[in-house]
Amino acid sequence: MITAPQLEIAVLVLGMVILMFEAFATKIDKRILAYAAIAGLAVVLVATFFVAPTPLPNQATGFWNFYTADRLSIFFKQFALLTTMSVLIMMIDYAPVVRSSFPGSPDGLGEFFAVPVFTCAGLMYLVSAIDFVFIFVSLELVTISFYVLVSFTRRNPLTLEAGVKYLVLSALSTAFLVYGIAWIFGVTGQTNLQRITEALANPNTDHGAALFGMVLVLVALGFKIAAVPFQIWVPDVYQGAPTPVTAYLSVGSKAAGFVVLLRVLQPFLMLPQIQRLLVLIALLTLIYGNLAALPQGNLKRLLAYSSIAHAGYLLIGVVCLDGRAVVFYLAAYLLMTLLSFAVLVIVSQQTGDRISDFDGLGKRSPFLAFAMLIAMASLAGVPFTAGFLGKFFIFYAAVAQRQIVLLVVGVITVGCGFYYYLKVIRAMYWESTAQMDKIPISALSRVAMSALILAIIGLGVYPQPILDALKR
Amino acid sequence: MVLFVIFCPIIAAILIMVGAPARKTALAASGLTLAATLFLLASFQPAQRDFQHVTSFSISPEWHLSFTTGLDGLSLVMVLLAAIVTLAAVWFAGKIDKYENAFYACLLFISGGAIGAFASVDLFFFYAFHELALIPTFLLIGIWGSGNRVAAAWKITIYLAIGSFILLLGLILLYQSLPIASRTFDIRALKAAAALGQISPDAQRHVYLLLLIGFGILISLFPFHTWAPEAYASAPAPAAMLHAGILKKFGLYGLLRLAIPLLPEGARHWTNLLVVLLLGNIIYVGLVTIAQKRLDWMLGYSSVMHMGYIFLGIASTSSLGATGAVVLMFAHGLSIALLFALAGELRKRTGTLVFDELGGLAKMMPFAGLAFGLGAFAAIGLPGFANFAGEIMIFFGAFKNGWEIGRFHIFQIATVLALWGVVISTVYMLRSYRKTFMGALNERWNGLVDLRPGLRVPVALLVGALLCYGFFPQSLVRLVAPAFHTYLSANKEP
Repeated sequence: MITAPQLEIAVLVLGMVILMFEAFATKIDKRILAYAAIAGLAVVLVATFFVAPTPLPNQATGFWNFYTADRLSIFFKQFALLTTMSVLIMMIDYAPVVRSSFPGSPDGLGEFFAVPVFTCAGLMYLVSAIDFVFIFVSLELVTISFYVLVSFTRRNPLTLEAGVKYLVLSALSTAFLVYGIAWIFGVTGQTNLQRITEALANPNTDHGAALFGMVLVLVALGFKIAAVPFQIWVPDVYQGAPTPVTAYLSVGSKAAGFVVLLRVLQPFLMLPQIQRLLVLIALLTLIYGNLAALPQGNLKRLLAYSSIAHAGYLLIGVVCLDGRAVVFYLAAYLLMTLLSFAVLVIVSQQTGDRISDFDGLGKRSPFLAFAMLIAMASLAGVPFTAGFLGKFFIFYAAVAQRQIVLLVVGVITVGCGFYYYLKVIRAMYWESTAQMDKIPISALSRVAMSALILAIIGLGVYPQPILDALKR
Repeated sequence: MVLFVIFCPIIAAILIMVGAPARKTALAASGLTLAATLFLLASFQPAQRDFQHVTSFSISPEWHLSFTTGLDGLSLVMVLLAAIVTLAAVWFAGKIDKYENAFYACLLFISGGAIGAFASVDLFFFYAFHELALIPTFLLIGIWGSGNRVAAAWKITIYLAIGSFILLLGLILLYQSLPIASRTFDIRALKAAAALGQISPDAQRHVYLLLLIGFGILISLFPFHTWAPEAYASAPAPAAMLHAGILKKFGLYGLLRLAIPLLPEGARHWTNLLVVLLLGNIIYVGLVTIAQKRLDWMLGYSSVMHMGYIFLGIASTSSLGATGAVVLMFAHGLSIALLFALAGELRKRTGTLVFDELGGLAKMMPFAGLAFGLGAFAAIGLPGFANFAGEIMIFFGAFKNGWEIGRFHIFQIATVLALWGVVISTVYMLRSYRKTFMGALNERWNGLVDLRPGLRVPVALLVGALLCYGFFPQSLVRLVAPAFHTYLSANKEP
């Protein structure tokens, strides 16, 4: 029988094997490495279905009580693996751009395909972490591998700028995290979330100091999930980073941030100030993300703001403490964001990544346009797509909690969302273009995109599989 | 059979997108849909009050969510309307210059979504099917529209998106107002729960207000109506026919379906507000309609105005008024579709719909003139057309509500004012008829050709249905009235 920690070990070994292979086999086509990574991750993904989750949430299973293998974590391990595989498929399509950014020198594609595997291992550890020490270590594994990925095509000044911004602000947020952990440890004498809960239940504990520590941790997590006012880095980094890395950042990094947030909030729920603070952050995030997305003309930047906006909807779920709504929304978000980035990677190599570069795509390449149509409809929240059900569950939780302000703002921002997502649809179908040549799509991408389209519509009509996977 | 009626247009739309010949497939699909609907009509048993032809697939047992379809008298009438208007709209669409396949696919998606909404017994799918129309409408107006199409397309899309999310909040609140064990979106179960008094009066008031705003935006209730005239004026004629003819009835259908049986206390509490707003539709929008200088805008505003009568029927909470509202919904759907179709044909020939540039067209296009005249008479509510039957039932039903000898209450005042609406609609309809078809012929229009014989079929279909149900409104009433008797029987004369 497979036990949960073996999954991450397998992924780490896979990453190292690919790196070593790349170092010694210099002559091969580097894309073979990507196919190998995808195949390896697929094997691990299959293995996750044979891992028996622990019966109780947050129950420790290994690594000195640092690690849990509850249903939530297994689900997100699958989530991380799927994301990484899709990102690797996008990276294969993106390889020519990376290669052309290193003229003359031996191309660095090997690392481009190997580093995401380590990120994946970091994400998988992170969703299982139930101790602040382990949360910190796995978060750093994710972040450091992203430092490499974000500035990978470093000859491009925009990318370099993105890399430096990401490095500096991430380091800052890490400092907040460590400082917050130190405060919490100072008050409670514990780093394990379960024991912190017990310590906080003791009326002799200094709640003010614990709250301060928690606020610092929230600041750090706010950076990860791109919540306002910690979102400053998002648009520039998303726009500057290589497109597949942007997709990875906006899906993987965000999902991990939300899982950690859900876990870390557990001990602090007895402090009412935290919920009020979260309501405020959610409101700011919704308003800023949606309003700032309205005038964007660059699709990558638009998706950056939209990722802030979606963080706002997810925070509504967090405020209402409805873990399943958050998780379902994340799953829907994964599918639709990956699909939109997959189309963007292919189209931007032909024309560019402004919205006007999508003009007439409906005529040029009906398949790509249809995929983008589904992704945008789902992001906007049209029924029969996964995105709609995600919003449905989030709003359901908010109505149940009578969060009237959040609901009013939520409905208005949904209206904004329809505007900026339909702008893309408008470009693809209303406008026309002089370029009429067909855009080539590799068979693998076509299969991956079709699978994503089917999954978006399938989950939008029949959500039960995901709801079952999360049932306690 | 119900599933066939819903999915025939949707499957045809997908086939057309994949590459089937657009017009032939669309015509065949809408013809088949109408035939199947007529079969359902023939095999319907009005005596039985419950939903018939019910099929159900469980989607989420945990949420008590299932894809359940079925028909009762009320939904059957709406499906029949949708099937007739769809066939007429597809027939009128003709040859499309660019993206022909996408055009027909959009039309059929709208139609399938509307039929699905009317035939859903589960509120979740009732809602979701309606939203199928959102993106096709955006594309129809944006790609094939005319005039100020860009602004119109954005306006309608964002209005409808916000309206439907408000509606969604109302539906969620309705769901949550039931005790946890019996929470469901199934209308039949909701009715049973309401009969047991499980929906508290407080919850009813909140839900009703949310539904009124949400549906109100979709129906273009005053003051949420500003998207409608512009969108209908800019939309290509078949899209305007479907939208004004069918989709707008979705919100009214929803109010009839939910407000009357489930939220009687909410309806009572908000009556005065609703009456004031619907008078805004009838009087204010009516006067605005008179001031229009273009035929397409005039028709757009007139369709907003006529919603006021239907609201009056719903607000009257009398069996007679509610039944009249359904009859008028059916009749208005047919008549406005006919008028938009003819306006679209005129635009194709002349390129303009400004009254001052038209005139005397009946000389060149006698058939179109005749058809437009019939449509205008129907819209005014002349006896013999189904509109008359609906309006008179609404007026009687509303007037009787709270009637005391010697004193007028709000409904009596509202009825009197609404009767003036008939005068207003007479003014603008006849005026537009005179300016378009009568008077001196402008030299520019000497070579205009009348509707070709092929296009006379859908005209005959629409006019025939209007006259048929105008002379025999009882055949509609027989279907619809049982749906309300249970809930509104208390509302007899004092």
